[in-house]
Formats: sequence, structure tokens, C-alpha cells
Amino acid sequence: MEQSGEFRIGSSREEVWRALNDPVVLAKCIDGCQSMEKLADDEFTAIVKAKIGPVSATFKASLKLTDLNPPESYSLNADVKGGPAGFGKGVADVTLIEDGDATVLRYGVSASVGGKLAQIGSRFIDAAARKMANDFFSAFQGELDPESVETAVDTVSADAGQSPPTAPAGQWKIWAVVFVALVIAFVLTI
Amino acid sequence: MSEATGIGASVKRREDLRFITGSGTYTDDMNQPGQAYAVFLRSPYARAKIGAIDSSEAMAIEGVLAVYTGQDTAADGLGDIPCGWLVKSKDGSDMVAAPHPPLAVTQTNYVGEPYGIVIAESVAVAKQAAEAVTTEFTELNAVVDVASAAQSEQIHEGVVDNLAYDWELGEKAATEAALASAAHVTELDIINNRLIPNAIEPRAAIGCHDRVADHFTLYTTSQNPHLERLILSAFVKIAPEHKLRIVSPDVGGGFGSKIFVYAEETAVIWASKKVGRPVKWTAERGESFLADAHGRDHVTHAELGLDADGRFVALKVRTTANLGAYLSTFGAAVPTYLYGTLMAGQYKTPNIYVEVQGVYTNTAPVDAYRGAGRPEATYVVERLVETAARELGKDPTDLRRMNMIQPGDFPYETPVALVYDTGDYEASLDKALEHSDYQGIDARRVEARERGKRRGIGFACYIEACGLAPSQLAIQLGAGVGLYESGEVRMHPTGSVTVFTGSHSHGQGHETTFAQVVSTKLGVPFEDVEIVHGDTGRVEFGLGTYGSRSLAVGGSALVMASEKIIAKARIIAAHMMETEADNVTFADGVFSSSNQQVTIQEVAFAAYVPADYPEDLEPGLSEKAFYDPENFTYPAGTHVAEVEIDETTGVVELVNFVAVDDFGHIVNPMIVDGQVHGGVAQGVGQALLEHGIYDENGQLLTGSFMDYCMPRADDLPDFTVDTTVTPCTHNPLGVKGCGEAGAIGSPAAVMNAITDALGVKDISMPATSEKVWRALRRE
Repeated sequence: MEQSGEFRIGSSREEVWRALNDPVVLAKCIDGCQSMEKLADDEFTAIVKAKIGPVSATFKASLKLTDLNPPESYSLNADVKGGPAGFGKGVADVTLIEDGDATVLRYGVSASVGGKLAQIGSRFIDAAARKMANDFFSAFQGELDPESVETAVDTVSADAGQSPPTAPAGQWKIWAVVFVALVIAFVLTI
Repeated sequence: MSEATGIGASVKRREDLRFITGSGTYTDDMNQPGQAYAVFLRSPYARAKIGAIDSSEAMAIEGVLAVYTGQDTAADGLGDIPCGWLVKSKDGSDMVAAPHPPLAVTQTNYVGEPYGIVIAESVAVAKQAAEAVTTEFTELNAVVDVASAAQSEQIHEGVVDNLAYDWELGEKAATEAALASAAHVTELDIINNRLIPNAIEPRAAIGCHDRVADHFTLYTTSQNPHLERLILSAFVKIAPEHKLRIVSPDVGGGFGSKIFVYAEETAVIWASKKVGRPVKWTAERGESFLADAHGRDHVTHAELGLDADGRFVALKVRTTANLGAYLSTFGAAVPTYLYGTLMAGQYKTPNIYVEVQGVYTNTAPVDAYRGAGRPEATYVVERLVETAARELGKDPTDLRRMNMIQPGDFPYETPVALVYDTGDYEASLDKALEHSDYQGIDARRVEARERGKRRGIGFACYIEACGLAPSQLAIQLGAGVGLYESGEVRMHPTGSVTVFTGSHSHGQGHETTFAQVVSTKLGVPFEDVEIVHGDTGRVEFGLGTYGSRSLAVGGSALVMASEKIIAKARIIAAHMMETEADNVTFADGVFSSSNQQVTIQEVAFAAYVPADYPEDLEPGLSEKAFYDPENFTYPAGTHVAEVEIDETTGVVELVNFVAVDDFGHIVNPMIVDGQVHGGVAQGVGQALLEHGIYDENGQLLTGSFMDYCMPRADDLPDFTVDTTVTPCTHNPLGVKGCGEAGAIGSPAAVMNAITDALGVKDISMPATSEKVWRALRRE
């Protein structure tokens, strides 16, 4: 799975950089995040528990930053495990570009998923991941600058270009699993 | 009586009353007192080392009884699941069978492979517990691509080049020489797409252990419960056969996928003793996609040489067959003895050479799926023949006719190990051409073109070898068991009859067809005959249902047992009529001497109440028989497909399908029609819709019905189904078998029609609208 996009965040590049490296901020932006721990300056772990109906899973993510070039760019390698729900892994290249008082965050992600996520969810991953990226950055923006949430600009664009299919009735559990896992597998990768 | 229900009558299926009213008893409908529920831990990786497994959190959940892993089954001495057929390589060496433990111990080799079993008071708790188990995996590079598997990382220790075997059949030198001197050679690179079976009922099992008697009972979805018992007993070492009973109740479709002995059923019966409770498991659809044996998956290069007149002089085929991660029960035999042996088709090709490399990959095991090897062989032969006709500018039916084995040629020995006993291939072809109005195709093409459609017609003149199989021959070729069938006819004192058969019915209608056979033979009312199958506790032995063998082999055993009944009854009848047995004739249930008659029911009563009875004759009227066929049976026929392709969208519509099959004598024409309809639908599914796809990491992308497209009623036209008859020469019913023919002939017929409409040499199955759209634009 390949995806790219950009977000405009109404804070300075230094502030954005700091927040992206702050586990407390990141944890707040991910629904269901139980813990986020900074092991070293370039290493995090996170645990997110989610339970929807009969399906529950604990996703364990380990994240490692490479090619650090503060406050401009870095790469993030993620490895996420969700037991029977499957796993995700990938790398995200993140670039922060100054745009007046604001900052444009540009990302490109290359990720793969396995297990139940691949078996049932592969068709939806692009669309769902985009939505999750949106949600994450809205929350992230709110954390940095609560006043500006309403004006957050969504300029996300992806190469896939397909509109998300509508979930048929009764498919909500599958969707839910896919979404929750993607919060972890994808957003954490960014 | 005999007009309505005897051999040859379209008797309505007696089992359908319970099936269509929801009254069937499937494994999941059954429950045992104190039953617990199993959920399997499955590998999310295609290939990974199994590290530490921590089940402490799972065990702490209320209602969890046990978490067992491959370490536990190994510690208990549970044996590997064996492959039932030993294939030898060209150099005479045995195939390399990688060990297949019921639960993976150190390494998992396909996504969905079970490595543990969680047992709890409910399915929900078991699922919750499975999610609480943490397993450390070290992911390894997966081998997925069939064509390059031999050059990839080695999956199993000791299996060099991931090669299970490198098999051959036929004369290589002669075939190559004939090809070299042929006037024309047609070549094709062919992919036979991977299929996922998808029976309506998923696999299920309830394992029970009686602690007092130390006796096991496994209720499960098996096409051959006795074979399952044999393997679980002799190889896996669950229990000796007299301490193990397998019950296979109503089963909702198998198509081959329920022949095999699987990990899950094995783990369930083993675990029932460990936890001291009956353990039930019913697969969810997602598990069926991952862990049922898949079908087909060949990559082939084939060459057909023809002389200047168009006579076939040589056929050379090189196939790489994907066997998946392990050799399933019949996995080794399907792409070899059920494939290479069919390369003569209906033709007198004098030189044939087939070589097959069976390779391991990190995908689900591949094994028999409706047709099993024969659809793949038919696809190679019939795509080649049709392509050759186009290249030579000949009518494809004329080219076939010129090369067909003629009725006077039988018995006909092919260059690939089979002896066809009988057939009349042109008779089926003629009838099929008539039904499909071949004469009118050009007019239909023109008319379709005016509507923006490309119309095409395609043929497949298939042959299959079924009625598996002469035991000695099968064992010589590597089968681990004989392939006879058993039957028992038990006539009760009042003259009604219970029949026990080793064949299993999971949609085929045995309870009707077999009752027609026995009631006709014994001359008793159809309603007085009941068929019992699918229970090793009630049926003496059996080898099950697959390879279109039930009637040809199992039915023949019932004929033999019925004849034994009549022979004994004749002696009793003679005594009752105070004459010699030689003076007694038998017809329609009545024994007659010159001036007296007794019915078979009266004889049965005398046999059980032997007041005035022949000396030295045992009381009772119950007989058994084991029937071992002399040869395979060879159903054959012509399938004709006609398609229309929308030039704008690339959508293929199958507008007409004709199947004319020679199944020998037919016991129940309605059931035969139904079998052909179902088989054709599955073959059309392969040609147009179905494709099991793994990504480059070995993740199954087509793991649900969202991504794996099954044929539906509106994908199919109303088929024209007809038959011709050359009776099988070596079984007492003269029958050949009809269960697989539809799936064998139809893919080649449909793809020949599509390539005809498109004017392209080849397009790979399934012919999705995208592929066809690109082909229309020569992309």
C-alpha cells in the first residue's frame, strides 16, 4: 500500500516538530491509546486496546525514527502487531515545510498489512487509512492550537483516487476492525 | 412400481425434503452434553519462526479451559498428517514429503496455518482468549510465486529447490523427435488459476472421548469417514481403529475439499481427551478461505505437433504445479496421475510426454477440487487443439474429428498409461453441434456485431478417468490404500431393506440413486429401501466419495451384495416350493418354479424364522460385498460455449452452453442433469470469475466473498444438457460417473469461445472484464 498527502497545521515548524516527538501529544491523538512510551530519542512503543462487539485486540507498536533532520524531515519505521487481527508494518517519510506562520506536513507512506487485515481489509485500506490520517491530524492540530481546529485545512491527496466503497449492513464489525487496526498500522506510521 | 422408481427413472431426491425444509442434521446442528468450544490460533505470516507463546493472560479469562500449541501435540506423540499418495521422480527417487504436524511446532508455512487451539465454555470466550495469547513470530521471506519457487529460499529442511518431485510420463525422446519433424507446432503458455472451494457448509468437527471405554467419536464434515479413521489411527495415532468412530452426518457440499484429513479436526479429537470434554469447532468463512485445501494452480508450457494433414503427431507438456506448503492427502497425485494420464484426451496422438514439477510454496495446501487434475489436463489439450485449428485455418470441430479415437479402436491404449474401454466421441460431438446450432454461428456473429457485441463459440471434447480405481494399479502408482468400495444389503424379516455403503453422500443423492439400484435388483418397493452412509460405527468399511466413483464403484458393490442375497434367497425359495434351485427363476421380487411363486419378502421371513428350512444353510438374509473395479471408467463428451463480449466494457456474457456427455447407463437422469449443471457452473466460475490470489508476502488477498467471486444464477444461461450412451464395459451397472464432467469440460469451452470472440491466442482465466477490455484494445 502506497499513500501520500499533506496537512497544513497552524503552528510553527519547531512546535510541530516538538509535538511529533512528544509521546503525550501523540497518545492523545489516537483513540484508545493506552500507553505511549519513549524508549530513546528515536524510539517509541505504544499499546492500543480496542474492543468492538466480540472483537477485541491489543495492538502493540514499535516505532523507530531514522534519517532525522530536525526540524525538517525524518523517516519513521513502524511495526504493529495485533494478534489474531493481524499486523502492519511500514515506513513513512515526513517533511515539514514552513509556510508563513504555519507548517505544511507532507508525508509518503509505504506499508503492508497481514493476517485478517489483509484477508478482509485490503480492499478498504487506502480509503480507510486516508480517513484515519485526517482524524489524526485534526486531533493533532487541536492539541497544538485548540483555537484553530475549525480552520484546519485538509489537503490530503492520495494516488489511489478511488472513493471509498459503502459498507453494506452487517459489515460494520469488519469495518470497525479495519479502522481500529488502521489507526495503529497507518497513523502511527506517520 | 419399477416404471416410477427403478433404474432409469427421474425419482425425486428423498433427501431433499429435509434439506429444503431446514431439517438436515449437519455437524454444527449436533451438540454433546458438556461440550466446549475451540478456536484456532492461526499464523498471520506466510512463513515465520514461532517464538515464545504466552497464554497466561488467556488462561486467566473466566471460562477458558485450555490453550494447547504444537509443542503439546508433539509432546503427546501425535504423528504428522501424511500424504496418501507416493509419487516418484524421474530418477526413481521418492517424492520429498515435508513433515506436516497437526499444529505447527517451530515454523508456520502459510497464512492461516493453525499453531494452537484455545478451548473455552463458549465460542465468544474462546475468541477473546485467542486474542489474549501473544506469540512472538520472526517473519521469514515467503515463497509465493509458483514459477520461481525452485529458485527461492528453501521452505522445508531437506527439500532442495522446494521441489517435492520432478515427475514424468511418456516417451520423451520419441515425442521430441516427432515434434521436430512435425509440419506445424502449436505452442501455448497456460496458467490454470488457483481456486478456493467454498462449499456452502464450512468444515466442522465435534471430538468426544468416553473416558470409561477410552473410546473416541469424531463427528465431522468428511467425504470419506473410513479413510479419515484409518489415517487418524494408523498415522496420527489418535487411537486404534476399534476405539475410534467417525460420523459424517449431512454434509453441505465438499467438491473434494472435505476428502482430506486436516489439522483442525485432528486437533479437536485429540483435545477432547486432554480437556475431558467434547470439543466443538465450526469454521468461519474466513477460516475456510485460509485453511481449506485450494485447487488447480498450474503454470504450463505445451506444444502440439501436427502433420501436413492436421493429424496430431506429438504432445509435449511441462507443468509446474503448486502443492502449497504441505502435501495434502491426495495433493501429490492430482497434478500427476490424475493429470498427465489424461493428455491423450479423445485423440490418437501417438507420442506424448508430460513432465510435472511439484513445488512447495508458502500458500495453503493444494489438493483435489471437483475434477482434480482432469480439468487442468482438458484445459491444456483443448486450448491447444482449438489454437492449432485457428493457426491452420481449419474448422476446430473438423480437426478434432480427424484425430478422434473411433468406436472400432476400443479398447484403446494411450501413450500415457490408460486403456480406454469404450466410447463414441463423434456421437457426442454431433449431438452437441446440433444443439448449439453451429451452422448458424456466422449469422449470430453478424447480428451481435450490430449490437456492439463480439460473439464467439468454443468447444471442449473432454475425457476423464474416474471410478477410482483398480486397487492394484492404484497401489502400484503410489496410492497408500486400495480404491475398492464396500456395500452391505441387509434384508429384514419382513422384507424391508437397509443398505450400508462406504461411499458418502454430501449432495450427490445417494439415498435416492442407491435405493433405486437395490430396489430394482431385489424387486422390492423403493420405499422399503433405506441407505445408511457416513458412519464408521455402522458401515463396515469404505473409501468415500470423490473422483466420480460412488455409483461406478460403490453402486457396483451394492449390486454384488444384492446378487448374493438373491442367490441365497433362491435356495430358500426352492426349498419352500419343494424344487431345485436351478428350476427357480427370479424377476421383479418373485421367485417362480413351474407352478408356484414366492415373494422375496416371504423368503426373507423364512430366512429369519427357519421353521422349515434348507439343511446346511445359515439363517438370515444379509450380504456384504467389496467391489474392486477392473479399470477406470471413462466418461467423455463435448461441451460448447457461446459468449458475447461487450466491446465498450469488456464484460463477457455466457449466452449459450451445451453439454453432451456419455456417462454410460444412467440410474437417475434428473440427478445426473443436476450434477452436470453444478459442475458447469463451477467450471464457468473458474473461467470467468474465480481466482485465489496471494500478494508477494503470501497474504491471501481474496479472503472473503468481497474479493473472491463465486458464480451466481444470473451469470449463467439455461444450459442444454444431453447424453449419449456407451455403457461401461467392466462394471455391472454399465455406469461411468457424472459428478465432475461439468467442471472438466466447461473452462476450456468458455475460454475457447472468448479467445474466438476476441481473436487473440490466449487470455488467462478468469476472463474478467478488465482483462478482456485490455485484450480488446490489444494492451
